This record gives sequence, C-alpha cells and structure tokens, in this order.
Amino acid sequence: MRAGGLSLGISTVYLSLIVLLPIAAVVAASLEGGLAAFWDEVSSPPAVAALKLTFVISLLVVLANTVTGTLTAWVLVRDDFRGKSAVNALIDLPFALPTIVAGLTLLAIYGPKSPVGVDVAYTRTAIALALLFVTLPFVVRAVQPVLMELDREMEQAAASLGASPVTTFRRIILPNLMPAVLSGAALSFGKAVGEFGSVILISGNIPFDTEVASVHIFKAIESDDQEAAAAVSVVLLLLSLFVLIGADILERRSRRHDA
Amino acid sequence: MAKLLEGLMTLVRTSAGHAALLLGGLAVLTATVAGCGGDSASAGGNTLSLVAYSTPREAYEEIIPAFQDTPAGEGVDFDQSYAASGEQSRGVEAGLAADVVAFSLEPDISRLIDADMVASDWNKGPHKGMVTDSVVVFAVRPGNPENIQTWDDLLREGIEVITPNPFTSGGAQWNIMAAYGAQLELGKSEEEAVDYLKDLFVNHVPVQDKSAREALQTFVAGKGDVMLAYENEAIFAKQAGQPIEYVVPDQTILIENPVAVTSTSKNKVAAQAFVDFLYTPEAQRIFGENGYRPVVEDVLGEFDYPTPPNLFTIDDLGGWPDVRSRFFDREESIFLDIENELGVPTE
Repeated sequence: MRAGGLSLGISTVYLSLIVLLPIAAVVAASLEGGLAAFWDEVSSPPAVAALKLTFVISLLVVLANTVTGTLTAWVLVRDDFRGKSAVNALIDLPFALPTIVAGLTLLAIYGPKSPVGVDVAYTRTAIALALLFVTLPFVVRAVQPVLMELDREMEQAAASLGASPVTTFRRIILPNLMPAVLSGAALSFGKAVGEFGSVILISGNIPFDTEVASVHIFKAIESDDQEAAAAVSVVLLLLSLFVLIGADILERRSRRHDA
Repeated sequence: MAKLLEGLMTLVRTSAGHAALLLGGLAVLTATVAGCGGDSASAGGNTLSLVAYSTPREAYEEIIPAFQDTPAGEGVDFDQSYAASGEQSRGVEAGLAADVVAFSLEPDISRLIDADMVASDWNKGPHKGMVTDSVVVFAVRPGNPENIQTWDDLLREGIEVITPNPFTSGGAQWNIMAAYGAQLELGKSEEEAVDYLKDLFVNHVPVQDKSAREALQTFVAGKGDVMLAYENEAIFAKQAGQPIEYVVPDQTILIENPVAVTSTSKNKVAAQAFVDFLYTPEAQRIFGENGYRPVVEDVLGEFDYPTPPNLFTIDDLGGWPDVRSRFFDREESIFLDIENELGVPTE
C-alpha cells in the first residue's frame, strides 16, 4: 500500500509539472483580459470559422480512422501474408516523421505537380488527407493488442451455437474491441484538432476557407496577440476534453455491457 | 493566474490527496525556472551569440570567418541561431541569449527596445542601423509566360499571386506595403490603393503561406503565376537552381534589414566590433554576392542592382509604427478588413 501511495504521488507531481501547469498557464493567459475579452476573441468570425472547420474535419477523419484502423488491425492480427511484419512496422511511421516533412511529402504527391495525377492541394480535402496521415497509428495500435488477446474460443463457441459470422462479429468481437476503438478514436481526435506542422504547407491557410484553428492561433502569436492565441487554444482544449470524457463514458458503458 | 493555479491545486488535492508533493514539485519548478533566468542574458567569455532571421545565413557564414581574421575578431567564437524574424525577436525578449540581433524588419528591434534589451539610440549610425537592403520583386516562371511586368498585371483575369500572410509573416508586410505604395506612386488615392489590395487578396491570392520560405515552396511546387518576393530571396532561389526568374517593377519598396547590439550583452566590445565589421567593404561585398543590396554606396556601385525609377521607403508611407497600427493591427486595421471580406461569400 505504501508503494501505491508513493507511485500515486510521483505521478501526480509529474503530471502537474508536465501537463497541468502548462495548461493552467494557457488558461490563465486566455483570461488575462477578462471573460468578455475571451469571448470576443473566440467568437470573432475568423476564429469561429477556423474552429468549425477544425472540428468537422477532425470528426470526419476520426470516423474514417475508426473503420480503417480497426480493419487494418484485424488484417494484421488475423491474416497471414508475405511482408506482414514490414506493414506492421510501417504503421508507426507517421509518428516518426516530422510533421512538416509529412506536409511537404503530401504536397509533392497530391499537389500541382502530382505524379499520380491527383491535385487536391490547398483544399479542405488536403487538410483531411494530412490529418488522416498523422492520426493513422492511434486506432490500429489501440485495437491490435486487444485483438491479439481476444479468446478465439468464444468465437468458436458462438459459431458452434449457430451464430453467423456477422452475428459473431456484432455480438462477440465488437463489444470486446469497443473500448480500444473508442480510446484510439479519442486520441486521434485530440491529435487532429491541434495538428499544425503537416497542415500548414498543404492547406493554403485562406481565412474562412482552409484556415484551421492551429494556423489561426499561430497567426495570433505572430501578431503579438497572445491572449487571442490562448483563448482559441482553450476552446480546442475544451473540445478535446469533451471528446475524451465522452469516449471514456462510452468505454465504461460498453465494458459494463460486456460484463 | 494565482487564483487559477490555486483552484487547480485544490482539484488535485481533493482528487489525489497529495497536495504536499504537488506543492514540493511546484517549488522545484519555480527554483529551476529562476535558475535558468540567471545566465540567460549572454553567453559571456569570448563568445558572441548571433540571433538572426533565416535568409542571411549563407552571408554570415562567410562574414564570420572574415571577421575572425581581423585583429578585433581574433579569438571570438560565435553561437549562431537562424529562424523566422518574429520568432527570434520574441525568443530574445523571452530570454534567449543574444549579443547581436539581425532581423528582417525594424519592428522586431522595436520589441526589444520596449523590453529594454536594445538601446533606444541603436539607429544613430550613418546607416540608421540598417545593414542590408533589398526590394520587393515579382518572381515568375522561366521565360515569364504570363508576361508579368507591372502591378496591374497581377490583377489580370486568372492570374494567381503567391504571398505569405502578413499576420504570420512579418516579412510579408513588406509585400503588402510595396503593393500599396506602388499604387500611390502611380497616382492613385489611398482609398484606391486599399481597393487594389482588396482585389489582389480576394481574387488573386489562392494560398497564404505562413512564411516567405514556404511561399517559395508553394510556388516551386507549381502553384501560382507570380510570387511577391524579396530580390535577395529570388536571387537565392535562382542560385540554388530553382526554375525561377524575377522582374523588378518600376514602383517598389526599399526593404531595409536592421542589426543591433543588445544592451544585455556581456561582451559589448566584441559585439560592437562585429557590427562595425558588417559595414566594412569586405562584409558588404559578401552581402552583395549573396543577393542583398549593400547599404554602403561605394560597394553597392560594384554590383549592377537595377534602381527602379519609383523606389520608396517605409518612411514615405508613415514609418513602421504607423503602418503597423493602420494596416496590421489585429483588432482593427485595413488588412483585417480585407481578411474578413474573404469570409463574406461563405457566411
């Protein structure tokens, strides 16, 4: 029990220094001019447009990731094919690549000089592409270990009791995967709303059209308007917080359902 | 801030019950931060910290060894840092060690004057603190297929113009002021000049990159017909083998890049000696070879940089403080109105 107390203490201090304190500073900076000034900043038309765009695209990207990420994890765990370990290693590359390089690469492939004939640069599609790229690993890596641990006898039992593959997937596999899928999706969302490096080169940054929240924030910082930057950041933090809490609630619910 | 931290701590206290440890951690952090503050002013010893914007890097890499060959520069080591001008200025303001600062525009020096880190008489010298000049030019595709020659050409149907956003790139403010001032030179009223900017940004600028280097990236990647650029950047891109040509318009702005010794420097003698060296023919020649226009007349004469017939300066437009508040204030300004105009069709 003593060891438990100590480790709790260490993690509390650590989290406070690394996470809580910087976030508190951001919140404090956003409120320096009072609540009215905060509201003015986050309700200005360009800020609202940027936040809306960021939220909607992030949501779409997360939905896409949830399906394709689960599918990819499934293939990596359940199927056997040549080069599987290579593909498995490939999944993490978007994490390792500096995001600005990712943006540059995407621009080269899907830009005006596209070798594959696809030019979507400087559109909202390009933003979605960049976000899909940098958030790919989250769902795959969350689902994969759970799928590996999943007791296949359950599926065999279901099949022997006459359940169709679809029913087995829906009633046996999916409920077991749900918590992992949700936590992966929530992490993807958090990463997507704050993403800057990969988006900046390829989005075109036109206010009201392709300017995402992180670029809007950067603009405020470059114009020495730190309060505006902090205010919009706080909205992003709140958005992520809501999604993380929502995912957590859903996760608990699906666990309970499972039991 | 204090209240907020207190609230957060209460939250942690009740949820985890380890407030004492948290407070201890905060104390450690505070001590660490305070400790960092002590040696942040200057590198000391016989080392100079040069904090500069990105583009003159190649020039400084030649100038520094040349300085070290002089009696004043013998045995002086350099720490060099290059990044976007605004970022560097804010970095120094926040405590980044610097003995000599070189920025792309004067307001980045003004920030340090306000913070008491650069003496207010920094520009008393014969060249007013400016170490290099340049002009805003039109960078175009090889052979200039769209035959871009004048500011009016930029507004022709279907012409795409690449320029960074002036709120993210202080340097891009030169572009805007070049376009605006050119209209005045052409005999337009201030109102008409603002309309020109509006037309340009609403109908002809498809991408607003965050910095000049990224705008170049966009242009080289194939987007746009013409890019508003500094002459030195265009020359740099050409020297680097990029498929680019440039046209110097008849009406354009003289870009002036400042350099200063910080008042927080612990090595002021060497720092001043280095800044003085930057104005010697030898150093000015190196700048000239790297695409910058030397500020020293005699050296400028050695190069064949064309002089546009209607060359104007930022002071002709009211000077930076005035221009900044009229055009680039984030609360209320001409450029903010132009940006909001972009939002009209979608709302």
